Amino acid sequence: MNRRDFLATSAKLTALAVLPMNIVEVAAAKESDTFTFAFISDAHLQHIKGTRFVQNWDKGLKMAVAQCNLLDPKPDFIIFGGDLAQLGKKEELDHGAEILSALHAPVKMMLGEHDYYLDLGETWQKMFGDPYYSFDHKGVHFVVLNSILVDEAWVNRWPTPMDRMQTMAGLDDPNGSPFMVGSRQREWLKKDLARYSDDTPIVIFSHSPLQKIYKGWNFWTEDCEEIYKIVKRFQKVNVIYGHVHQIQYNKIGNIAFNSVMSTAWPWPYPDSYAKAKRVVPKMTIKMNRADPFFERDATGWQFIDVHSGRVDVNYILPNNKNRTVRYNFKKNRPEDKDFQNCPQPPQIHY
Amino acid sequence: MKKLILIAVLAVFTFADEFTKEDLAKWFKEYESVVKEGRVLFTSPRLGTNTVTCNECHPNATNTHPETYPKFQKQLGKVATMAEMINWCIQNPLKGKPLAIDSKEMTALIAYITEERRDVPLAPGKH
Repeated sequence: MNRRDFLATSAKLTALAVLPMNIVEVAAAKESDTFTFAFISDAHLQHIKGTRFVQNWDKGLKMAVAQCNLLDPKPDFIIFGGDLAQLGKKEELDHGAEILSALHAPVKMMLGEHDYYLDLGETWQKMFGDPYYSFDHKGVHFVVLNSILVDEAWVNRWPTPMDRMQTMAGLDDPNGSPFMVGSRQREWLKKDLARYSDDTPIVIFSHSPLQKIYKGWNFWTEDCEEIYKIVKRFQKVNVIYGHVHQIQYNKIGNIAFNSVMSTAWPWPYPDSYAKAKRVVPKMTIKMNRADPFFERDATGWQFIDVHSGRVDVNYILPNNKNRTVRYNFKKNRPEDKDFQNCPQPPQIHY
Repeated sequence: MKKLILIAVLAVFTFADEFTKEDLAKWFKEYESVVKEGRVLFTSPRLGTNTVTCNECHPNATNTHPETYPKFQKQLGKVATMAEMINWCIQNPLKGKPLAIDSKEMTALIAYITEERRDVPLAPGKH
Protein backbone atom coordinates (compact mmCIF):
# COMPACT_ATOMS: atom_id res chain seq x y z
CA MET A 1 0.00 0.00 0.00
CA ASN A 2 1.45 3.38 -0.97
CA ARG A 3 1.04 6.53 1.12
CA ARG A 4 -1.86 7.84 -0.96
CA ASP A 5 -3.78 4.60 -0.52
CA PHE A 6 -2.96 4.56 3.16
CA LEU A 7 -4.24 8.08 3.70
CA ALA A 8 -7.41 7.36 1.72
CA THR A 9 -7.99 4.19 3.75
CA SER A 10 -7.37 5.91 7.06
CA ALA A 11 -9.83 8.64 6.13
CA LYS A 12 -12.41 6.00 5.19
CA LEU A 13 -11.91 4.14 8.45
CA THR A 14 -12.40 7.33 10.46
CA ALA A 15 -15.50 8.23 8.46
CA LEU A 16 -16.91 4.77 9.06
CA ALA A 17 -16.46 4.96 12.79
CA VAL A 18 -18.86 7.91 12.95
CA LEU A 19 -21.33 6.78 10.28
CA PRO A 20 -24.93 7.54 11.32
CA MET A 21 -26.49 4.08 11.46
CA ASN A 22 -30.13 4.97 11.75
CA ILE A 23 -30.65 7.28 8.82
CA VAL A 24 -33.57 5.16 7.78
CA GLU A 25 -35.59 4.65 10.94
CA VAL A 26 -39.18 3.98 10.03
CA ALA A 27 -41.70 5.55 12.39
CA ALA A 28 -43.90 2.46 12.64
CA ALA A 29 -41.05 0.14 13.52
CA LYS A 30 -40.60 -1.04 17.07
CA GLU A 31 -37.10 -0.98 18.50
CA SER A 32 -36.95 -4.73 18.10
CA ASP A 33 -37.89 -4.56 14.41
CA THR A 34 -34.85 -2.48 13.55
CA PHE A 35 -31.40 -3.96 13.50
CA THR A 36 -28.25 -4.18 11.47
CA PHE A 37 -26.19 -7.05 10.19
CA ALA A 38 -23.15 -7.08 7.94
CA PHE A 39 -22.62 -9.01 4.72
CA ILE A 40 -19.14 -9.88 3.47
CA SER A 41 -18.88 -12.01 0.34
CA ASP A 42 -16.85 -13.52 -2.48
CA ALA A 43 -13.33 -13.32 -1.03
CA HIS A 44 -11.89 -15.86 -3.52
CA LEU A 45 -8.74 -16.44 -1.47
CA GLN A 46 -6.32 -18.00 -3.93
CA HIS A 47 -3.51 -20.28 -2.81
CA ILE A 48 -0.28 -20.08 -4.82
CA LYS A 49 2.11 -22.39 -2.97
CA GLY A 50 3.26 -22.97 0.60
CA THR A 51 2.52 -19.83 2.57
CA ARG A 52 1.80 -17.72 -0.53
CA PHE A 53 -1.69 -16.46 -1.41
CA VAL A 54 -2.77 -13.82 -3.94
CA GLN A 55 -2.15 -10.63 -1.95
CA ASN A 56 -4.72 -8.53 -3.79
CA TRP A 57 -7.65 -10.78 -2.77
CA ASP A 58 -6.28 -11.24 0.79
CA LYS A 59 -6.17 -7.47 1.23
CA GLY A 60 -9.82 -7.09 0.19
CA LEU A 61 -11.08 -9.51 2.84
CA LYS A 62 -8.76 -8.17 5.55
CA MET A 63 -9.92 -4.63 4.84
CA ALA A 64 -13.61 -5.64 5.02
CA VAL A 65 -13.02 -7.41 8.35
CA ALA A 66 -11.14 -4.41 9.81
CA GLN A 67 -13.80 -1.92 8.68
CA CYS A 68 -16.67 -4.15 9.80
CA ASN A 69 -15.16 -4.28 13.29
CA LEU A 70 -15.47 -0.48 13.45
CA LEU A 71 -19.24 -0.46 13.01
CA ASP A 72 -20.95 1.22 15.92
CA PRO A 73 -23.45 0.04 16.99
CA LYS A 74 -22.10 -3.42 16.31
CA PRO A 75 -23.94 -5.54 13.75
CA ASP A 76 -26.07 -8.29 15.32
CA PHE A 77 -24.29 -10.85 13.14
CA ILE A 78 -22.17 -11.12 10.03
CA ILE A 79 -23.05 -13.36 7.11
CA PHE A 80 -20.30 -14.52 4.79
CA GLY A 81 -21.90 -14.97 1.38
CA GLY A 82 -19.84 -17.79 -0.16
CA ASP A 83 -16.74 -18.22 -2.34
CA LEU A 84 -14.31 -17.94 0.54
CA ALA A 85 -11.91 -20.06 -1.54
CA GLN A 86 -10.98 -19.80 -5.22
CA LEU A 87 -10.48 -23.51 -5.92
CA GLY A 88 -12.07 -25.13 -2.84
CA LYS A 89 -8.66 -26.06 -1.36
CA LYS A 90 -8.29 -26.77 2.33
CA GLU A 91 -5.47 -24.20 2.47
CA GLU A 92 -7.81 -21.54 1.13
CA LEU A 93 -10.72 -22.37 3.46
CA ASP A 94 -8.35 -22.51 6.47
CA HIS A 95 -6.80 -19.19 5.51
CA GLY A 96 -10.28 -17.67 5.16
CA ALA A 97 -11.46 -18.99 8.52
CA GLU A 98 -8.34 -17.49 10.11
CA ILE A 99 -9.02 -14.04 8.60
CA LEU A 100 -12.75 -14.18 9.49
CA SER A 101 -11.87 -15.21 13.06
CA ALA A 102 -10.90 -11.57 13.70
CA LEU A 103 -14.55 -10.45 13.37
CA HIS A 104 -16.13 -9.12 16.57
CA ALA A 105 -19.65 -10.49 16.01
CA PRO A 106 -21.10 -13.97 15.39
CA VAL A 107 -20.41 -15.18 11.84
CA LYS A 108 -22.84 -17.22 9.75
CA MET A 109 -21.49 -19.00 6.71
CA MET A 110 -22.90 -19.63 3.25
CA LEU A 111 -21.46 -21.90 0.59
CA GLY A 112 -20.39 -20.78 -2.90
CA GLU A 113 -19.48 -22.88 -5.94
CA HIS A 114 -15.77 -22.10 -5.46
CA ASP A 115 -15.92 -23.71 -2.00
CA TYR A 116 -17.79 -26.76 -3.23
CA TYR A 117 -16.78 -28.33 -6.53
CA LEU A 118 -13.38 -29.75 -5.52
CA ASP A 119 -14.60 -32.18 -2.84
CA LEU A 120 -18.37 -31.51 -3.09
CA GLY A 121 -18.37 -29.50 0.10
CA GLU A 122 -16.71 -32.07 2.36
CA THR A 123 -14.01 -29.79 3.81
CA TRP A 124 -16.36 -26.80 3.98
CA GLN A 125 -19.04 -28.76 5.87
CA LYS A 126 -16.51 -30.15 8.34
CA MET A 127 -15.41 -26.61 9.09
CA PHE A 128 -18.63 -24.62 8.89
CA GLY A 129 -21.57 -27.05 9.22
CA ASP A 130 -24.78 -27.40 7.21
CA PRO A 131 -24.86 -25.86 3.73
CA TYR A 132 -28.52 -24.86 4.23
CA TYR A 133 -30.34 -23.86 7.42
CA SER A 134 -32.62 -21.22 8.90
CA PHE A 135 -32.80 -19.09 12.04
CA ASP A 136 -34.98 -16.41 13.61
CA HIS A 137 -33.72 -13.02 14.64
CA LYS A 138 -35.81 -10.19 16.13
CA GLY A 139 -39.03 -11.23 14.42
CA VAL A 140 -37.44 -11.93 11.02
CA HIS A 141 -37.07 -15.45 9.63
CA PHE A 142 -33.71 -15.94 7.88
CA VAL A 143 -33.08 -18.76 5.42
CA VAL A 144 -29.62 -19.69 4.11
CA LEU A 145 -29.78 -21.70 0.88
CA ASN A 146 -27.25 -23.77 -0.99
CA SER A 147 -28.15 -22.47 -4.43
CA ILE A 148 -25.04 -23.56 -6.36
CA LEU A 149 -26.04 -27.18 -6.98
CA VAL A 150 -26.13 -28.52 -10.54
CA ASP A 151 -27.27 -31.60 -12.39
CA GLU A 152 -25.87 -34.88 -10.98
CA ALA A 153 -24.65 -36.01 -14.43
CA TRP A 154 -22.48 -32.90 -14.75
CA VAL A 155 -20.93 -33.50 -11.33
CA ASN A 156 -19.83 -37.00 -12.31
CA ARG A 157 -18.53 -36.35 -15.81
CA TRP A 158 -15.05 -35.09 -14.89
CA PRO A 159 -11.80 -37.13 -14.91
CA THR A 160 -10.57 -35.46 -11.68
CA PRO A 161 -12.12 -33.30 -8.93
CA MET A 162 -9.74 -30.46 -9.89
CA ASP A 163 -10.95 -30.55 -13.52
CA ARG A 164 -14.50 -30.17 -12.22
CA MET A 165 -13.48 -27.35 -9.85
CA GLN A 166 -11.53 -25.43 -12.47
CA THR A 167 -14.33 -25.66 -15.02
CA MET A 168 -16.86 -24.35 -12.51
CA ALA A 169 -14.41 -21.65 -11.35
CA GLY A 170 -14.17 -20.18 -14.87
CA LEU A 171 -17.16 -17.82 -14.90
CA ASP A 172 -17.19 -17.74 -18.71
CA ASP A 173 -16.32 -21.43 -19.21
CA PRO A 174 -18.82 -22.80 -21.73
CA ASN A 175 -18.57 -26.25 -20.08
CA GLY A 176 -20.14 -25.12 -16.79
CA SER A 177 -23.68 -25.99 -15.74
CA PRO A 178 -26.60 -23.82 -14.55
CA PHE A 179 -27.09 -23.48 -10.79
CA MET A 180 -30.18 -24.69 -8.98
CA VAL A 181 -31.51 -25.20 -5.46
CA GLY A 182 -32.85 -28.66 -6.23
CA SER A 183 -35.97 -30.58 -5.22
CA ARG A 184 -34.69 -31.92 -1.88
CA GLN A 185 -33.91 -28.44 -0.57
CA ARG A 186 -37.15 -27.01 -1.97
CA GLU A 187 -39.07 -29.64 0.03
CA TRP A 188 -37.07 -28.67 3.12
CA LEU A 189 -37.86 -24.98 2.48
CA LYS A 190 -41.61 -25.69 2.25
CA LYS A 191 -41.53 -27.49 5.61
CA ASP A 192 -39.29 -24.86 7.18
CA LEU A 193 -41.64 -22.02 6.22
CA ALA A 194 -44.86 -23.89 7.08
CA ARG A 195 -44.93 -22.75 10.72
CA TYR A 196 -44.62 -19.01 9.92
CA SER A 197 -47.55 -16.66 9.37
CA ASP A 198 -47.88 -14.73 6.09
CA ASP A 199 -46.86 -11.46 7.74
CA THR A 200 -43.50 -12.79 9.01
CA PRO A 201 -40.71 -10.95 7.19
CA ILE A 202 -38.49 -13.44 5.33
CA VAL A 203 -34.85 -12.83 4.37
CA ILE A 204 -33.27 -15.44 2.10
CA PHE A 205 -29.50 -15.58 1.69
CA SER A 206 -28.42 -17.25 -1.53
CA HIS A 207 -25.08 -17.37 -3.30
CA SER A 208 -26.59 -17.46 -6.80
CA PRO A 209 -29.03 -14.68 -7.75
CA LEU A 210 -32.35 -16.69 -7.50
CA GLN A 211 -33.14 -14.97 -10.80
CA LYS A 212 -32.43 -15.67 -14.46
CA ILE A 213 -30.07 -12.85 -15.38
CA TYR A 214 -27.40 -14.24 -17.74
CA LYS A 215 -26.91 -17.96 -18.22
CA GLY A 216 -23.50 -17.65 -19.91
CA TRP A 217 -21.90 -16.53 -16.62
CA ASN A 218 -24.26 -18.47 -14.37
CA PHE A 219 -25.92 -15.28 -13.08
CA TRP A 220 -28.73 -17.78 -12.98
CA THR A 221 -30.80 -20.13 -10.82
CA GLU A 222 -32.61 -22.70 -12.91
CA ASP A 223 -35.46 -23.42 -10.47
CA CYS A 224 -35.96 -19.86 -9.16
CA GLU A 225 -39.64 -19.80 -10.23
CA GLU A 226 -40.26 -22.83 -7.98
CA ILE A 227 -38.81 -20.86 -5.06
CA TYR A 228 -41.03 -17.86 -5.91
CA LYS A 229 -44.08 -20.17 -5.62
CA ILE A 230 -42.97 -21.45 -2.21
CA VAL A 231 -42.63 -17.92 -0.75
CA LYS A 232 -45.60 -16.40 -2.60
CA ARG A 233 -47.93 -16.24 0.42
CA PHE A 234 -45.53 -14.07 2.45
CA GLN A 235 -46.03 -10.31 2.33
CA LYS A 236 -42.37 -9.34 2.65
CA VAL A 237 -39.65 -11.49 1.14
CA ASN A 238 -36.09 -10.27 0.62
CA VAL A 239 -33.37 -12.13 -1.25
CA ILE A 240 -29.75 -11.07 -0.76
CA TYR A 241 -27.23 -12.79 -3.01
CA GLY A 242 -23.51 -12.84 -3.83
CA HIS A 243 -21.75 -14.36 -6.85
CA VAL A 244 -22.20 -11.42 -9.24
CA HIS A 245 -19.50 -9.05 -7.82
CA GLN A 246 -21.58 -5.98 -8.71
CA ILE A 247 -24.54 -3.91 -7.52
CA GLN A 248 -27.89 -5.22 -8.72
CA TYR A 249 -31.38 -4.86 -7.35
CA ASN A 250 -34.79 -5.90 -8.53
CA LYS A 251 -38.35 -6.60 -7.48
CA ILE A 252 -40.31 -9.63 -8.68
CA GLY A 253 -43.80 -9.89 -7.17
CA ASN A 254 -43.46 -9.80 -3.39
CA ILE A 255 -39.69 -10.42 -3.50
CA ALA A 256 -37.10 -7.61 -3.26
CA PHE A 257 -33.66 -8.63 -4.56
CA ASN A 258 -30.32 -7.11 -3.58
CA SER A 259 -26.87 -8.30 -4.61
CA VAL A 260 -23.66 -7.71 -2.67
CA MET A 261 -20.12 -6.82 -3.73
CA SER A 262 -17.05 -9.03 -3.72
CA THR A 263 -14.08 -8.15 -1.53
CA ALA A 264 -11.76 -9.53 -4.26
CA TRP A 265 -12.55 -8.11 -7.71
CA PRO A 266 -15.51 -6.66 -9.64
CA TRP A 267 -17.25 -8.22 -12.65
CA PRO A 268 -18.51 -6.31 -15.67
CA TYR A 269 -22.29 -6.26 -16.17
CA PRO A 270 -23.41 -9.01 -18.58
CA ASP A 271 -24.74 -6.44 -21.05
CA SER A 272 -21.18 -5.24 -21.66
CA TYR A 273 -20.49 -8.57 -23.42
CA ALA A 274 -21.12 -7.69 -27.07
CA LYS A 275 -21.97 -11.26 -28.06
CA ALA A 276 -24.37 -12.05 -25.22
CA LYS A 277 -28.12 -12.11 -25.08
CA ARG A 278 -28.24 -9.95 -22.02
CA VAL A 279 -30.57 -9.19 -19.18
CA VAL A 280 -29.83 -6.93 -16.22
CA PRO A 281 -32.63 -6.20 -13.74
CA LYS A 282 -34.09 -3.10 -15.34
CA MET A 283 -34.38 -0.91 -12.25
CA THR A 284 -30.70 -1.38 -11.33
CA ILE A 285 -28.57 1.76 -11.41
CA LYS A 286 -25.15 0.34 -12.16
CA MET A 287 -22.02 0.78 -10.09
CA ASN A 288 -19.02 2.62 -11.51
CA ARG A 289 -16.91 0.84 -14.07
CA ALA A 290 -13.78 -0.39 -12.34
CA ASP A 291 -10.43 1.33 -12.85
CA PRO A 292 -7.82 -1.45 -12.95
CA PHE A 293 -5.12 0.85 -11.58
CA PHE A 294 -6.74 0.76 -8.13
CA GLU A 295 -6.78 -2.72 -6.65
CA ARG A 296 -9.83 -2.14 -4.48
CA ASP A 297 -11.84 -0.24 -7.08
CA ALA A 298 -15.43 -1.56 -7.36
CA THR A 299 -14.93 -4.04 -4.53
CA GLY A 300 -16.39 -3.79 -1.03
CA TRP A 301 -18.73 -5.15 1.61
CA GLN A 302 -22.05 -4.04 3.10
CA PHE A 303 -23.97 -3.41 6.26
CA ILE A 304 -27.69 -3.96 6.05
CA ASP A 305 -30.43 -2.22 8.01
CA VAL A 306 -33.54 -4.31 8.57
CA HIS A 307 -36.70 -2.39 9.38
CA SER A 308 -40.42 -3.06 8.90
CA GLY A 309 -39.55 -6.33 7.23
CA ARG A 310 -37.51 -4.76 4.43
CA VAL A 311 -33.77 -4.23 3.98
CA ASP A 312 -31.57 -1.26 3.10
CA VAL A 313 -28.18 -2.25 1.73
CA ASN A 314 -25.30 0.12 2.48
CA TYR A 315 -22.35 -0.60 0.24
CA ILE A 316 -18.97 0.25 1.79
CA LEU A 317 -16.65 0.75 -1.17
CA PRO A 318 -13.01 1.49 -0.27
CA ASN A 319 -12.18 3.14 -3.61
CA ASN A 320 -15.54 4.61 -4.54
CA LYS A 321 -18.31 6.75 -3.09
CA ASN A 322 -20.40 4.54 -0.81
CA ARG A 323 -23.83 3.60 -2.16
CA THR A 324 -27.15 2.85 -0.48
CA VAL A 325 -29.95 0.85 -2.05
CA ARG A 326 -32.96 1.50 0.15
CA TYR A 327 -36.48 0.10 0.11
CA ASN A 328 -38.97 2.71 -1.09
CA PHE A 329 -42.25 1.89 0.68
CA LYS A 330 -44.29 4.25 -1.51
CA LYS A 331 -43.13 2.65 -4.76
CA ASN A 332 -42.74 -0.74 -3.11
CA ARG A 333 -39.31 -1.48 -4.53
CA PRO A 334 -35.61 -1.06 -3.72
CA GLU A 335 -34.06 2.15 -5.04
CA ASP A 336 -30.67 3.78 -5.08
CA LYS A 337 -30.70 6.56 -2.50
CA ASP A 338 -28.72 9.06 -4.60
CA PHE A 339 -28.83 7.93 -8.19
CA GLN A 340 -32.34 6.54 -8.83
CA ASN A 341 -33.71 9.78 -10.24
CA CYS A 342 -30.42 10.95 -11.67
CA PRO A 343 -30.71 11.30 -15.48
CA GLN A 344 -27.16 9.93 -16.01
CA PRO A 345 -25.91 6.72 -14.43
CA PRO A 346 -22.69 7.28 -12.49
CA GLN A 347 -20.52 5.76 -15.20
CA ILE A 348 -21.27 4.07 -18.49
CA HIS A 349 -20.64 0.36 -18.94
CA TYR A 350 -20.15 -0.84 -22.49
CA MET B 1 3.62 -5.96 -80.75
CA LYS B 2 5.96 -5.29 -77.79
CA LYS B 3 3.21 -3.23 -76.17
CA LEU B 4 0.76 -6.08 -76.52
CA ILE B 5 3.13 -8.53 -74.89
CA LEU B 6 3.68 -6.11 -72.01
CA ILE B 7 -0.09 -5.76 -71.51
CA ALA B 8 -0.47 -9.54 -71.61
CA VAL B 9 2.27 -9.95 -69.00
CA LEU B 10 0.70 -7.29 -66.77
CA ALA B 11 -2.69 -8.99 -67.11
CA VAL B 12 -1.21 -12.27 -65.93
CA PHE B 13 0.27 -10.55 -62.89
CA THR B 14 -3.03 -8.81 -62.16
CA PHE B 15 -4.84 -12.12 -62.20
CA ALA B 16 -2.15 -13.62 -60.02
CA ASP B 17 -2.94 -10.99 -57.37
CA GLU B 18 -6.59 -11.97 -57.13
CA PHE B 19 -7.54 -14.38 -54.36
CA THR B 20 -10.07 -17.11 -54.22
CA LYS B 21 -12.77 -18.18 -51.77
CA GLU B 22 -10.43 -20.98 -50.73
CA ASP B 23 -7.76 -18.40 -49.87
CA LEU B 24 -10.23 -16.44 -47.75
CA ALA B 25 -11.33 -19.58 -45.93
CA LYS B 26 -7.72 -20.61 -45.32
CA TRP B 27 -6.72 -17.20 -43.97
CA PHE B 28 -9.74 -16.97 -41.74
CA LYS B 29 -8.96 -20.44 -40.39
CA GLU B 30 -5.44 -19.23 -39.58
CA TYR B 31 -6.95 -16.25 -37.77
CA GLU B 32 -9.36 -18.44 -35.86
CA SER B 33 -6.58 -20.75 -34.70
CA VAL B 34 -4.73 -17.74 -33.28
CA VAL B 35 -7.93 -16.54 -31.56
CA LYS B 36 -8.16 -20.00 -30.01
CA GLU B 37 -4.56 -19.78 -28.76
CA GLY B 38 -5.44 -16.37 -27.35
CA ARG B 39 -8.38 -17.81 -25.40
CA VAL B 40 -6.09 -20.53 -24.00
CA LEU B 41 -3.58 -17.89 -22.83
CA PHE B 42 -6.36 -15.66 -21.49
CA THR B 43 -7.52 -18.46 -19.20
CA SER B 44 -4.05 -19.83 -18.35
CA PRO B 45 -1.96 -19.03 -15.26
CA ARG B 46 1.26 -19.20 -17.30
CA LEU B 47 1.24 -15.49 -18.22
CA GLY B 48 1.80 -14.61 -14.54
CA THR B 49 3.44 -15.98 -11.41
CA ASN B 50 0.56 -15.93 -8.92
CA THR B 51 -1.95 -18.31 -10.61
CA VAL B 52 -4.27 -15.41 -11.48
CA THR B 53 -5.75 -15.52 -15.01
CA CYS B 54 -7.06 -12.73 -17.27
CA ASN B 55 -10.61 -14.12 -17.36
CA GLU B 56 -10.92 -14.01 -13.57
CA CYS B 57 -11.70 -10.28 -13.90
CA HIS B 58 -12.59 -10.20 -17.62
CA PRO B 59 -15.07 -12.99 -18.43
CA ASN B 60 -15.29 -13.26 -22.23
CA ALA B 61 -12.72 -10.43 -22.32
CA THR B 62 -15.34 -7.90 -21.22
CA ASN B 63 -14.20 -4.52 -19.88
CA THR B 64 -11.10 -4.60 -22.09
CA HIS B 65 -12.54 -2.33 -24.82
CA PRO B 66 -10.10 -3.09 -27.69
CA GLU B 67 -12.09 -0.72 -29.94
CA THR B 68 -11.04 2.29 -27.82
CA TYR B 69 -7.26 2.00 -28.33
CA PRO B 70 -5.02 3.87 -28.78
CA LYS B 71 -6.21 6.08 -25.94
CA PHE B 72 -4.81 8.29 -23.20
CA GLN B 73 -4.23 6.28 -20.03
CA LYS B 74 -3.84 8.78 -17.24
CA GLN B 75 -1.96 6.33 -15.01
CA LEU B 76 0.57 5.64 -17.79
CA GLY B 77 0.69 9.38 -18.58
CA LYS B 78 0.46 8.90 -22.34
CA VAL B 79 -1.56 7.60 -25.25
CA ALA B 80 -1.12 3.81 -25.14
CA THR B 81 -1.96 0.84 -27.31
CA MET B 82 -3.86 -2.21 -26.13
CA ALA B 83 -0.61 -4.22 -26.11
CA GLU B 84 0.82 -1.85 -23.50
CA MET B 85 -2.31 -2.19 -21.39
CA ILE B 86 -2.16 -6.00 -21.68
CA ASN B 87 1.45 -5.86 -20.43
CA TRP B 88 0.35 -3.64 -17.52
CA CYS B 89 -2.16 -6.30 -16.51
CA ILE B 90 0.41 -9.09 -16.86
CA GLN B 91 2.88 -7.18 -14.65
CA ASN B 92 0.41 -6.04 -11.98
CA PRO B 93 -2.58 -8.26 -11.19
CA LEU B 94 -0.76 -11.30 -12.66
CA LYS B 95 2.74 -10.45 -11.33
CA GLY B 96 4.31 -11.66 -14.58
CA LYS B 97 6.95 -10.49 -17.05
CA PRO B 98 5.80 -8.27 -19.95
CA LEU B 99 5.51 -9.91 -23.38
CA ALA B 100 7.37 -8.60 -26.42
CA ILE B 101 4.88 -6.43 -28.31
CA ASP B 102 5.44 -8.49 -31.52
CA SER B 103 5.43 -11.89 -29.80
CA LYS B 104 3.16 -14.74 -30.85
CA GLU B 105 1.50 -14.62 -27.43
CA MET B 106 0.71 -10.89 -27.61
CA THR B 107 -0.78 -11.30 -31.10
CA ALA B 108 -2.90 -14.20 -29.87
CA LEU B 109 -4.20 -12.24 -26.85
CA ILE B 110 -5.10 -9.24 -29.04
CA ALA B 111 -6.80 -11.54 -31.55
CA TYR B 112 -8.95 -13.18 -28.87
CA ILE B 113 -9.85 -9.94 -27.09
CA THR B 114 -10.77 -8.25 -30.38
CA GLU B 115 -12.78 -11.24 -31.62
CA GLU B 116 -14.98 -11.08 -28.50
CA ARG B 117 -15.82 -7.45 -29.51
CA ARG B 118 -16.66 -8.27 -33.14
CA ASP B 119 -19.08 -5.78 -34.72
CA VAL B 120 -18.54 -3.12 -32.04
CA PRO B 121 -17.69 0.13 -33.90
CA LEU B 122 -14.16 1.54 -33.56
CA ALA B 123 -13.98 4.35 -31.02
CA PRO B 124 -10.30 5.28 -30.55
CA GLY B 125 -9.65 7.57 -27.60
CA LYS B 126 -12.96 6.70 -25.90
CA HIS B 127 -13.20 6.23 -22.14
